[in-house]
Amino acid sequence: MNAQYLSGFPLKLEGDPVPMVSFKKVTKSYGSLVVLDSLDLDIAEGEMVTIIGPSGSGKTTVLRMLMTLETINGGVIYVDGEPLTHMPSGNELVPANNRHLRRMRSKIGMCFQHFNLFPHMTALENCMEGPVHVLGLSKKEARERAEELLAMVGMADKRDQHPSRLSGGQQQRVAIARAMAMRPKVMLFDEVTSALDPEVIGEVTNVIRKLVAEHHLTMLMVTHQMGFAKDISDRVCFFYGGRIEEQGTPEELFGNPKRERTQQFLSAVKEAI
Amino acid sequence: MFDWRWDFTWEILPRLLAATGNTLLAAGLGYAIAVVLGLAFALAQRTPYRSVTVVVREAIEFIRSTPLVLQIFFVFYVGPQFGIRLSPWTAGMIAIGLHYAAYLSEVYRGGLESVPKGQWEAATSLNLSTARTYFRVIIPQALPPSLAGMGNYLVGIFKDTPMLSVIGVAELMHTANAIGSETYRFLEPYTLVGVIFLLISLPTAAGIRLFETWVRRKLGMV
Ligand SMILES: Nc1ncnc2c1ncn2[C@@H]1O[C@H](COP(=O)(O)OP(=O)(O)OP(=O)(O)O)[C@@H](O)[C@H]1O
Ligand SMILES: [Mg+2]
Repeated sequence: MNAQYLSGFPLKLEGDPVPMVSFKKVTKSYGSLVVLDSLDLDIAEGEMVTIIGPSGSGKTTVLRMLMTLETINGGVIYVDGEPLTHMPSGNELVPANNRHLRRMRSKIGMCFQHFNLFPHMTALENCMEGPVHVLGLSKKEARERAEELLAMVGMADKRDQHPSRLSGGQQQRVAIARAMAMRPKVMLFDEVTSALDPEVIGEVTNVIRKLVAEHHLTMLMVTHQMGFAKDISDRVCFFYGGRIEEQGTPEELFGNPKRERTQQFLSAVKEAI
Repeated sequence: MFDWRWDFTWEILPRLLAATGNTLLAAGLGYAIAVVLGLAFALAQRTPYRSVTVVVREAIEFIRSTPLVLQIFFVFYVGPQFGIRLSPWTAGMIAIGLHYAAYLSEVYRGGLESVPKGQWEAATSLNLSTARTYFRVIIPQALPPSLAGMGNYLVGIFKDTPMLSVIGVAELMHTANAIGSETYRFLEPYTLVGVIFLLISLPTAAGIRLFETWVRRKLGMV
């Protein structure tokens, strides 16, 4: 990645308000397969944006890049006005080093489709690990915070259980508490209900509703549950082939989709239900 | 049928039991070195520095492709030519520790690779440091699947301690040889050595299996 390529990308985002998350001409490819093609996407502070789209359209990749689980091949991602994937060096942006990544990553939390709880730690220990060892909280503070969050997700009574003793819905709620314990500004949810039995999906979506109602978080969510997306999102982005094919408010996108591909996708999803 | 003499058996037993202490000490020390060094080898192979990875990889291959007894001789007899003069015990522990470290590193490697990618990603998403991720998240989960292999090599190192007799470490085999050359009787000492090895190996193997179950339960992974 040379400096010339990065010219035109500001060292810091200016303006009012500065978006909490900003993808600028972000490209991601695996070998010759271009997964995301010059993606531009801004998410305002406190906004809830949902990504929908067919399998392989790059939805997960968007979240993984933001969580720094994937490197990018072009463009810059900004979080809270500062470059995430890059850092300023003199007058230009250079690829971020580990220290910069660790500082910026602290603004972001993520919940995964398969929960990814640490199986050898109890629910409480899962929620205390980061706060104690990354944020430097005392054990007592971290414990209070973790207990509060486990209560918020309705898991207070299971705090001393290991994940293997919890149902999928319960594990996912612990995972949400664990991510929230790091006090991120941005929360990412990647199909957090896809691995769950239908009857427990509600307990997880209710927790997310609660987060939206009670916390001033910026959220980016990938989901296949159109109903949930419709009544929780401020904005819905329909991804197709690594690009945003169409975006708008839930009413616009679900009620009156303009693009043919969106219409096809939504009617295919409806039929599947 | 056999010319087995019980009086002689009782006479040499205390001497062999004393040597058993040395055998256990050699196996224990060697294994402790191998357990720690093996982990270092396994982790070194996962560093992003290609030169480190390649050197460690080649060293492991070299150790695994040459006989242990040669390595023992090498450390003990060739070392002094480079000005490194080691006692039989020190040389023996280095050789056997290194040898088994190479094998254990492969066991660890398998264990580390068995930890799902999602665990790394969760650790990254919580911003855990690399060291914390390894020692608190990944290694505890790599341990249970490694225990069976680690147990096999514990029994293996124990059974290989007789090779240390070639440089004069006074373990069981060395003592049995000494008894044989003093008395010209070999049946009793060698039979006793076999029985002692058996009596230690079998319960150890069973104990390892129990330990494995216990660790899994302790880590909440059952
Ligand atoms: N590590 C990888 N190596 C190669 N190709 C990959 C890798 N990860 C993802 N891809 C490819 O990138 C494309 C986008 O993947 P992504 O996981 O973002 O899709 P998605 O929209 O989340 O799909 P789904 O709805 O099935 O989860 C797919 O074609 C996928 O095969
Ligand atoms: Mg996906």
